[in-house]
Amino acid sequence: MTPTLEARGLCKSYGGAAVVRGVDISVAPGECFGLLGPNGAGKTTTLKLCLGLIDPDGGSAQLLGLEVPRRAREARAGVGVVPQFDNLDPDFTVEENLVVYARYFGIGARELAPRIPRLLEFAGLAGRADSKIQTLSGGMKRRLTLARALVNEPRLLFMDEPTTGLDPQARHLIWERLRHLTKEGRTLILTTHFMEEAERLCTRLAIMDRGRIVAEGAPRALIAGHIEPQVVEVHGPGLEEWMARARGLAARIERAGETAFCYASDVAPVIGDLRGQRELSYLHRPANLEDVFLKLTGRDLRD
Amino acid sequence: MTRLYLPPTPSLRFVAVWQRHFLVWRKLAIPSILGNLADPLIMLFGLGYGLGAVLGDVSGGSYFAFLAAGFLASSTMYAATFESLFSAFSRMHVQRTWEAIANAPMTLDDVVAGEWVWAASKAFAAGTCMLIVIAIAGYASFPWALAALPAVVLIGLAFAGLGLSINALASGYDFFSYYMTLALTPMMMLSGVFFPVSGLPAPVQAMAAALPLYHGVELVRPLLAGTLPEHALLNLGVLVGYAMAGFYAATVLTRRRLLR
Repeated sequence: MTPTLEARGLCKSYGGAAVVRGVDISVAPGECFGLLGPNGAGKTTTLKLCLGLIDPDGGSAQLLGLEVPRRAREARAGVGVVPQFDNLDPDFTVEENLVVYARYFGIGARELAPRIPRLLEFAGLAGRADSKIQTLSGGMKRRLTLARALVNEPRLLFMDEPTTGLDPQARHLIWERLRHLTKEGRTLILTTHFMEEAERLCTRLAIMDRGRIVAEGAPRALIAGHIEPQVVEVHGPGLEEWMARARGLAARIERAGETAFCYASDVAPVIGDLRGQRELSYLHRPANLEDVFLKLTGRDLRD
Repeated sequence: MTRLYLPPTPSLRFVAVWQRHFLVWRKLAIPSILGNLADPLIMLFGLGYGLGAVLGDVSGGSYFAFLAAGFLASSTMYAATFESLFSAFSRMHVQRTWEAIANAPMTLDDVVAGEWVWAASKAFAAGTCMLIVIAIAGYASFPWALAALPAVVLIGLAFAGLGLSINALASGYDFFSYYMTLALTPMMMLSGVFFPVSGLPAPVQAMAAALPLYHGVELVRPLLAGTLPEHALLNLGVLVGYAMAGFYAATVLTRRRLLR
């Protein structure tokens, strides 16, 4: 099957600072592909390069089989985009937002009319066609932005941090809608820094750091391939002394702030030792994507 | 990098951008037109009758007629400028409307072309309203006065292009007051809006002859009086030149700002 998106060796610098440094991405039809990375990793720039919105300094990309940026206009006719920041038209109603946006795709009001009830239904905004944008909640705006990205019935959707800034209820509703889209056979490409989002939604992930892809695979395979399966988190007074003693008990012990993370295939020795410690609290859990992410991208704060 | 300087290649889809702005404008058309017209009309009637009584005739006609032609050109200039500075900046920067459009199968060239034609359309609406008021006041000689309308379109395109270029360089709304105060206000003084340029020293006259508003006024004034402008082709040429150069500069500067 022809990939929906194929990017090879994409590079982009701004004023001498390399933001994207040789990124390869291949996304097959029907996949939900996640681009994960800390702030400033180059995720948004990578998306813009893939959409043909900016010119790469090196490398090439094909979107829906068309070379971008050269044929970006044609390619984007079959693509929907949910941007990181809301850019709905505040002067328009919900329905007007859809009608006006469709015109940018050359879709007239008559062609769009039968799609509008479906799009509003999808966004959970049925009956709100004439509402002003200012009266919508953050979650509603996001869902309308998602519906707006579907006016052209795209095969492929790009989403830049689709749930950033939403409360948990609104986030779950968006996830449910996105799963619905993948069930319809659409291809999804999203960036996120929410591990839960990536783990729940994505069939395949690439972790990006400092302009490069540092790991790639299905969420479970990434966890299995990059990290010990069991984790014990330890915190409390006397942590320092305990860590000094516990070195040999786990394959790897890392500290982040006030918590020690002990990684091992068998954590029984760690837990056995901790049972004797009154001051220290601990939590035993299976390793997750966040552990992989932090291992690969480090625990330093990014701005 | 050379792609940055290629001539603009907008598609016809730029009309969708124009339509968007038109739909917004339609919602607040009446206050918008009144707002655009109130200032030049108050100035025109105040100065035209007030100063006119003191000055008597200017350049072989009433001062009101003289000023009416000047204000027709300058209010067109200001309408195009406001739209291409403040309104375009909120769409580009504050509301991120341009970004939304660029995610569709549209290019930045389409967006700039849509803004350019739209700002000129609003300027045309402002100029037409001015012309109607001038005609009602009895200072427009038809049918020649109708030929002022294409000139109004050109003035609109010229200042829309310049405004969009400034917009692409702006860091915030404050930036625009420099352009308004340091470029447009002196231009209004030098372009024969309030008084004939012929009374100015020769070097200043030469400077005035390089300004787009001057050529706009030179076209509009005789047409309102019912005669053919003396240097119509030169005036048209300069306005077309400003319009084209402005549109090109606006496209390149906007690409430089947003396509990186």
